[in-house]
Amino acid sequence: MYLPIANLSVNGLVIVGLGALTGLLSGMFGVGGGFLTTPLLIFYGVPPTVAAASAASQVTGASVSGAFAHARRGGIDYQMGAVLVAGGVIGTGLGALLFRLLQALGQIDTVINILYVVLLGGIGGLMAQESLTALRAHRRGVPVPARKRRHHPLIASLPFRYRFYRSGLYISPLAPLLLGTATGILTMLMGIGGGFILVPAMLYILGMGAGVVVGTSLFQILFVTMATTMMHALTTRAVDIVLAVLLLIGSVSGAQVGAQFAQKARPEQLRLILAAIVLGVAVRMALGLGWRPDEIYTVVSL
Amino acid sequence: MLGGARDPILVPEISQHEIQVRQGFTGADLLLFGAILSPEGSRAAGDYDIVVVLEGPVRSIVVREKQKVAGVWVNAQASEFRSAPSFFAIASNRPIRQIVDDKTAAIYELGLDWLQLSPIGVIEPKLQQRFSAGLVDLMKRQGLYQQNEGGVQIREQVLYQARISLPSSVQTGTYTAETFAVRRGKVVASAVTRVEVTKEGFERFVAVNAQRNGLIYGLFAVLLSVAMGWIAGRLFALV
Repeated sequence: MYLPIANLSVNGLVIVGLGALTGLLSGMFGVGGGFLTTPLLIFYGVPPTVAAASAASQVTGASVSGAFAHARRGGIDYQMGAVLVAGGVIGTGLGALLFRLLQALGQIDTVINILYVVLLGGIGGLMAQESLTALRAHRRGVPVPARKRRHHPLIASLPFRYRFYRSGLYISPLAPLLLGTATGILTMLMGIGGGFILVPAMLYILGMGAGVVVGTSLFQILFVTMATTMMHALTTRAVDIVLAVLLLIGSVSGAQVGAQFAQKARPEQLRLILAAIVLGVAVRMALGLGWRPDEIYTVVSL
Repeated sequence: MLGGARDPILVPEISQHEIQVRQGFTGADLLLFGAILSPEGSRAAGDYDIVVVLEGPVRSIVVREKQKVAGVWVNAQASEFRSAPSFFAIASNRPIRQIVDDKTAAIYELGLDWLQLSPIGVIEPKLQQRFSAGLVDLMKRQGLYQQNEGGVQIREQVLYQARISLPSSVQTGTYTAETFAVRRGKVVASAVTRVEVTKEGFERFVAVNAQRNGLIYGLFAVLLSVAMGWIAGRLFALV
């Protein structure tokens, strides 16, 4: 298959397979899977900008069916979601500016790599620790004491409090707005949905009810990745529709299969596997930063 | 020097004057061939050396060099070039160094060592050389710069031919194929033919719209991904 924007001929089946792999993960763990797609595409030889831009539309596709499913069960806090999306759209705008600035400085690759290492390493470590504790407790037969659901004290100090009924919160909308902005920036820079950052942040920083966390996060990811695709189409012009369709074919079907797996497996085990994958990617990226790269020289058109 | 009465007759031709980049494009093989005759019209190839150069559209580029800073490889120094060819292939019947001296090679850009990259701004010659060498090395490994000494075959003292392959990652645009006849270190005849590399059909449509109609293109991409996700959800709900 020839990719008209990437100016590159690829094996279509490999890309579909790649999409299926990340789709499987997204169905199983409720994350977008963009954190895997982008680096793997770059590794395959797709230019980084095209990879990030096209991966965003793949995440959209993968999160659609999930978001619908959660909506039917009433698992989305639309008010909270709207605030997050608003933040996310602001974030993609800021991200686009940042992207252009870093591109002009020639540091975009390094920044993307460092972001990956720090974020994936941090989140992966936390998840691994948490799921290991849970698994150990499960083996002993003692349940882990439930964490008291509370938002961070800093959040309480923000002004303009507002009642989010479904999340069971009375907090300032500024907090989710900022959170949305941060994930929007990351989406634009890294081509990820940001679900693996959003979910823990909603749980532990905002203190949202667990029942609406995944649905609301999917809702936000859906709209933010849509905004990201638009932003890339308008600024970097690097969305490769052929690449996106190939990825989508794989990921939308993979997501469905993954969702069925997820119903059979234990959540702690799933989280441990996800943590291992996330940590694996982070370690690989960290090594990449320190190792002598294959190419010392890179060429960009002016 | 060129075009005098005692110059040889050089008739170049190319197997394809148009290369269409469309679905399934995995690169193209070009055959550059032709005939060379002495001024009197007899077979003459034995007296001449043939050098064939295929050059793609030039573009302005930034070449960045990674260096280890605080344990991390980052882009440190950069150099800009105004006219780096996006594709450059040279073939000759024997090593260039045996055909012409360095000065002639530099004038006619005969060889990857002699590319006129026109650096922008003031830059140390040594540094510039390092960057050009880095660029050439990188492009060589991507198959976009090629130097094949011995790639030109001369048959029956009159026909010459060279095969040049374009990888799938070539830029679109006008490519020029220039053939040089060299005698005793002097370029005595040269002739140019052109090859157009264009995106056609669907590929052209996509590339043009991504550039010009970003809004509609983006909306289409978004709708497509939503639709595909939704349809997959519906289909699997039936299973």
